[in-house]
Amino acid sequence: MSARHGSRTRMFVRMLIRASLVQRGRAASALMAVVVAATVATAMMTLYVDVQAKLRKEFRSYGANIVVVATEGRSLPSDALASVERTLNGRGLAVPFAYAVARTKGGAPIVVAGTDFERAKRLNSWWSISSRQPAAAASQQQALVGTKASKAIGDGPEFALTFDGREHQFSSSGTLRTGASEDSRVYIDLPEFEKWTGVAPSTIEIAASGTPTEIDATLRSLAASLPGAEVRPVRQIVEGEARVLGKTRAALLAAIAIIIFTAILCVLATLTAWVLDRRRDFAIMKALGASETLINSFFAAEAAALGAVGAIAGFALGLGVAAWIGQANFHSAVQPRWSVFPAVLAGSIAVALISAVLPISMLRRVQPATILRGE
Amino acid sequence: MFIRVVYESFRRQRRRKLLAGVAIALGVSVATAMIAVATDIGDKINRELRTYGANLVVTPDADTLDVEIGGVNLKPAGDGAFLREADLPNIKGMFWQHNVVAFAPTLSANTTVEGKPVTVLGTYFDKDLTYGAEHFRTGVPQVYPFWKVSGAWPKDDASEVLLGQKLASEIGKRVGDTIQLAGRDAKIVGVLTSGTAEESQVVAPLAIAQQLLGREGVVKKVFVSALTTPENDFARRDPATMSPEMRDRWYCTPYANSIALQLTEAIPHSHAEQIRQVAQNEGTVLDKIRGLMLLVTFAALLASALAVSAAMATAIFERRREVGLMKALGAGNFSVATFFFTEAALLAIIGGAIGYVAGNLMAQQIGQWVFQSRIAIQPVLFPIVIGLAVFVTFAGSAASIRKAMRFDPVMVLRGDA
Repeated sequence: MSARHGSRTRMFVRMLIRASLVQRGRAASALMAVVVAATVATAMMTLYVDVQAKLRKEFRSYGANIVVVATEGRSLPSDALASVERTLNGRGLAVPFAYAVARTKGGAPIVVAGTDFERAKRLNSWWSISSRQPAAAASQQQALVGTKASKAIGDGPEFALTFDGREHQFSSSGTLRTGASEDSRVYIDLPEFEKWTGVAPSTIEIAASGTPTEIDATLRSLAASLPGAEVRPVRQIVEGEARVLGKTRAALLAAIAIIIFTAILCVLATLTAWVLDRRRDFAIMKALGASETLINSFFAAEAAALGAVGAIAGFALGLGVAAWIGQANFHSAVQPRWSVFPAVLAGSIAVALISAVLPISMLRRVQPATILRGE
Repeated sequence: MFIRVVYESFRRQRRRKLLAGVAIALGVSVATAMIAVATDIGDKINRELRTYGANLVVTPDADTLDVEIGGVNLKPAGDGAFLREADLPNIKGMFWQHNVVAFAPTLSANTTVEGKPVTVLGTYFDKDLTYGAEHFRTGVPQVYPFWKVSGAWPKDDASEVLLGQKLASEIGKRVGDTIQLAGRDAKIVGVLTSGTAEESQVVAPLAIAQQLLGREGVVKKVFVSALTTPENDFARRDPATMSPEMRDRWYCTPYANSIALQLTEAIPHSHAEQIRQVAQNEGTVLDKIRGLMLLVTFAALLASALAVSAAMATAIFERRREVGLMKALGAGNFSVATFFFTEAALLAIIGGAIGYVAGNLMAQQIGQWVFQSRIAIQPVLFPIVIGLAVFVTFAGSAASIRKAMRFDPVMVLRGDA
């Protein structure tokens, strides 16, 4: 009994393997349909998960999304920047700004700001700076002068400003153009600024990275660690980002749904045609006395195997496609998402099974003799 | 005879033709929808990016230096030069008038409210303006969509104001209360949350600020929100150094710089500048999103091409007996190939046309669902997708037809091949 059972299993496996080997062309085209669908599904799902993080990074070029401002007329405590950086823990960029109103030679008021240039340039990537050759005397303080401010301070690269009766010599290292209030200011290095004016930073601009919830949490812990200051989100940046990101994701989701749906339909059509085309095999098996269960399980096993093989190959290819899109558009690779694999595998097998079972149940009522006669 | 063969083939093998036709229609509909969405998404996202607020600002040409820290002006408000309010409608007479989504003038005046010195910001809320015979409405809610008002927006011709959220809590006033402005009562109709300096100011109709300042018909700055094209090297060049043709091309492209130049021309004695934080980053974000959709479209096109090809290959491989029969009856390779290619072309055109219509509907659905607006579809897309469909169907059929013709007719007809 068990020997007979063994031989039956062997026969079943043999039939499965030979079926795909003998009609290699047909099996290959059915397999290709599954592979294409699985590739597209994997690539799109991986991309959908990753694209948020990628786009968020692009949105950080808009600059600060959180500002810390000292209460009116005062400065932030001297350890404020350190405390902000501790809270951020490397997940963002914090830039201190100190402001004072100085006077030009002609007596006109002008806003002078002290900041960390390297950080400010990284935070505000839109700052357009046309630099000029540094003037001879290295002892002079280098200053970045806004386009409007440069008209007010006079022609030469060197100029003097007075704050609280103390005059200071500067040498312009470049012109800053932003189209906003920065154009009317003179920016100098923060330590020099503090030495000259004795004014400490009153504002810290922060570009915090992460999801809205993470940024919210950062906002709250910043507010907790700096009780004397006002911590607020930059609504313009936060809201714009949320809106554009939301729309992009929705458009992508719609596109993905359509693509995957079509891919599934194509697999269904191809596989159904393939199974229907083999109605002679079905008829012969039936004529030779195979039970309904056996035939069903034969076609089901075949479909499942096809779905599984197609899913594995498609998953690998899909990761490649996603990585290529990430590289081409965002210049950074898309991380492979293994969590997508079970979905793709289960989906492929399910689709393959459906497309095998449908035609079989259609053929069940037909007499084998009719099929074999070729009608 | 040839036409009859083709006709009968469609009539007799309806199921098979239907299957291949459906595959083509599906592929084409996805291609149409994706191409339509991808080509239009730039425009749609551009509009969404206007959430970031104005990207251009117009200031008086001979203005004095701004003395402003954290959005608070430290200079006497009446200082410096002004723009004329009467010149503002000229903005709608510019070449790129349709790209101007909205604009709002501002004029600050200092006064005291409840014994506290405050800045009153005058602007438009929903102002009805006329340029020539054209009417249009514009105002600050369109320029700064991120401004949130609890209550209502003031009317431009009424004595109604918005109170900044911070100021409101400092002086303890709420919606419905009145404050004294320019010697008369002004009703607080809303409280403003903006995350900017306006939160500690009074935002009022322009006329009130002009009265406070004692200067009729003036504005200080005009903030303009416009749809622009991402900047490239060409856009950054100085139009004064260009040849006339190049200058025309520059002028007739909606770069932020060329719109700024036109604004300067439209408003006398003014200087327009792009607000780089908004204008520059717009381009970066827009390019990335457009690139992403383009690549996804490309992947979708490739996938649907492969699917259609596979469907065609299957359909023709199934018909090797017909090929055998035709050849046994004396048909040459050429006539067999012509027959199959004609069939494929017919299928592609019919399936393609149906797919194009379905794809259009799909694109509209996506447009409605995501952007609450129609997706513009270029008619030129129709010949393109039909051409693509014919090409893909041919490519898919070619290999199978060649293979089918290589078989010996006798073997095929006996069922051995």
